Amino acid sequence: MSSPALTLTGLACRRGGRLLFEALDLALGPGQAALVTGANGAGKSSLLRIIAGLLPPTAGTVSAQGAIGWLGEAAALDPRLALARALGFWARIDGRDDDAVAAALDRMGIGALAEVPVRMLSTGQRRRAAIARVLASGADLWLLDEPGSGLDEAALAALGEAIATHRLNGGIVVAATHQPLAIEPVTQLALGR
Amino acid sequence: MRVIALLAARELRLGVAGWGLTIVFFLLVATLFPFAIGPGAALLARLAPGVLWIAALLAALLPVERLVAPDREAGVLDQLVARGIAEETIALAKLIGHWLSFGPALMIAALPAAALFDLDAARLGRIELGLLIGTPALAALSVAVAALTAASRSASAIAGLLLLPLAVPVLIFGAAMASGAGGALGLLAATALLLIAGSPFAAGAAMRAARD
Repeated sequence: MSSPALTLTGLACRRGGRLLFEALDLALGPGQAALVTGANGAGKSSLLRIIAGLLPPTAGTVSAQGAIGWLGEAAALDPRLALARALGFWARIDGRDDDAVAAALDRMGIGALAEVPVRMLSTGQRRRAAIARVLASGADLWLLDEPGSGLDEAALAALGEAIATHRLNGGIVVAATHQPLAIEPVTQLALGR
Repeated sequence: MRVIALLAARELRLGVAGWGLTIVFFLLVATLFPFAIGPGAALLARLAPGVLWIAALLAALLPVERLVAPDREAGVLDQLVARGIAEETIALAKLIGHWLSFGPALMIAALPAAALFDLDAARLGRIELGLLIGTPALAALSVAVAALTAASRSASAIAGLLLLPLAVPVLIFGAAMASGAGGALGLLAATALLLIAGSPFAAGAAMRAARD
């Protein structure tokens, strides 16, 4: 098992006829993080989707070593299931057990909601649950699209702590945000100029 | 394999909620024909295979809207693809799970429907065998059509227009086999095999193209 790494070379993205960014280079190794900033529509989400393999780049290459943990805009949790079961489905896909889910729920401060159906949860609670899925996945390379949106201060602190722990364990984080997010030290990647 | 089993089990879990609906719908369609055609046991018995196959086809259309579109909107497909799972694998799992959630239900519903048309055991046996071979093909078509229309706004109308013509070979050979035509079994099986083998690739490509 090689250590996680992410290398972007000469990456460009054209969406709807508009060139969002080009000649974008980035190299991250174990424990390193990048913060993608930029105005709305600058291409932050597109960049993350390209790294995750959800979007083909217009030019350039992405080379990612290690399993990817994706935090997108949508929660991707079955609304009718209890929270622990909805996350349990993803944990089994990732080859993890229920203990990993319970631990992740506790770390995001929603352990008490494990038996509550997902459809009863608030937007912020669903966001916490989606972050808990990334924690439970055991992935090396976290791709977080607006991880702080809808989160209260306690959840933001838990998120910051989770990111710090993940990096201490040799993980990589790429986060796109237009809010300030407390991760240090970090490679700044400003899109749109 | 583990991923396919997990995804198929999820599909089945989402689909079994519609079991009762599928059975009732199938029986309702089958019941409408005797009302429309009028009494006459001989005529009804002659029409029965075709009627049951049309009912099965319409019942297969019911869940098309919920097969792919909700997963696309909820980000489930994104989560799976980000994990390196191919769209074709997702489509195959959906095919298996979807068939499990409506194929056996139709085969059970065919029993009371056969009684309705006063079919003998031999013809009922042929219809059940035909459904066993043909319903996986209908499931394959449903998944492919669901993936093709997932990003469309008027998905349900387009789904019907796409699926029904493509299902014509299944309908022809299924009904012919139930009527006891020689060679229809092989043709039905060949058609089903072709649809089942092609569907994951068509559905996978459609899901990939619809991603933005």
